[in-house]
Amino acid sequence: MADFYVMMGVGRSGGWMMTNGDTATGMVSALAVLALQSAHGGPFTFALAAGECITITGESGSGKTVMLRMIADLDPHEGDAQVDGKACSAMPADRWRRLVQYVPAEPAWWSDVVTDHMADTDEVRDLVVRLGLRTDCLRTPLSRLSTGERQRLALIRAIRLNPRVLLLDEPCSALDGATTDKVETVLQALRAQGVAIVLVSHNMRQAERMADRQFQMRHGHLEEILA
Amino acid sequence: MSPIVLTTADLLVAVALIVTGAALSFFLSLGLHRLLLVSAVRMAAQLALVGSVLLFVFGHASVWLTVGLLTCMFCAATYEAGARQHDRLGSGWHFGIAGAATVTGTLIVALIGLRTALQPHPWYVARTAIPLTGLLLGNVMNATSLSMNTLLSAITRERQAIEARIILGATRAQAMNGLIRQAARTALLPTLNQMAAAGIITMPGIMTGQILAGMNPLDASRYQVLLMSLIVSGNLIGATVAAYLTVWRLTDNRGRLRLERLLSRPG
Repeated sequence: MADFYVMMGVGRSGGWMMTNGDTATGMVSALAVLALQSAHGGPFTFALAAGECITITGESGSGKTVMLRMIADLDPHEGDAQVDGKACSAMPADRWRRLVQYVPAEPAWWSDVVTDHMADTDEVRDLVVRLGLRTDCLRTPLSRLSTGERQRLALIRAIRLNPRVLLLDEPCSALDGATTDKVETVLQALRAQGVAIVLVSHNMRQAERMADRQFQMRHGHLEEILA
Repeated sequence: MSPIVLTTADLLVAVALIVTGAALSFFLSLGLHRLLLVSAVRMAAQLALVGSVLLFVFGHASVWLTVGLLTCMFCAATYEAGARQHDRLGSGWHFGIAGAATVTGTLIVALIGLRTALQPHPWYVARTAIPLTGLLLGNVMNATSLSMNTLLSAITRERQAIEARIILGATRAQAMNGLIRQAARTALLPTLNQMAAAGIITMPGIMTGQILAGMNPLDASRYQVLLMSLIVSGNLIGATVAAYLTVWRLTDNRGRLRLERLLSRPG
């Protein structure tokens, strides 16, 4: 089942790459990271095609979150990043962060009411069902939801902004196997629509299921794991 | 009707009151006598000094003397407003923002008062300019430091919630808007309470002074309305300027939260 989804994702992403390739500028990556670095890690350089998913594994404190935060332009850094050939430095930061949605390992909330963070739309309800959440979770105070439920709600909060790139920091750390499958199914569907995903995961099997390419973070440096 | 001038003998009543209070504290073991006496002596010395300085300045009718005195007052207010905070920006920024907000709020409303309603001749005459500025300065300084204090502790406390908004594509103004409103509201609350209570629960200080000095009560209430409006406007300007400058300092032009610019609270 999982293999089928990976193949489907890659197949569709190939289609997306063709459409991008047809433009006058030639091949344009969905996300290009160009020598991003700060005192805490880097330089990081890599590119993702539309619909591509890379996974990053590595010990705690090796710099995975540091890198995701730099890509989302949340911390000062050198270097630049591009989405569809448009540079982060050349657009307002708030627009960049909508295109490149970072979902932290421990998402924060600015009120206890779920609908303060996302409107109760058909799209949101659809995602609630597909992610295996209870249908009444949109009306339950956040403080009474479990860590795993909040984790999935944070994912919905990010997805509904229609980002081009998702930066996911351990999105399934609090989920059981069956629910993890549901999350992966939703992520594969997003890839089929051309969303590129950088997935930080401690779960090697998840990395194998999801990744087109796998990377390892070691002391602030990224190395590709060649199969 | 001429003002009732207090003689030295009249002031002995004040001394007697303080001493009686201190004695009471001593016998009832309230532990307040020392503080009460020190505060009373300090107050008397400060006010006697100010009285003498004002007498000197009024007597010389020099613009530079007035400007010099106002500058000293602004510096003291800046120090006071800055020194009252728990969470602090780096010292230069801290006093810079507190001072800029206090001075801006005070100067704008003081000039409006002097050039429109009061219109003394010349408009900068020390007898009007100094007391008016002093009155406004104290109020605006309180509002500024309340605003900064509220905002700095709210930002420290809600760091993650603010960043959650930023991650979801909010500009720094959008992410901070709620906190700025909360700070401005807290800063203005004492003044708003004072306005609500004016005349019914308390007799406002300015009006009381004017009436004791022999002014018709209706004229005195006009004065109070004008000065209260100047105070609340100055407070609003000071609190808002302080809040926006603080937010501006704690974020950068890429809309990031930069809390490393905040020194942690000692202890």
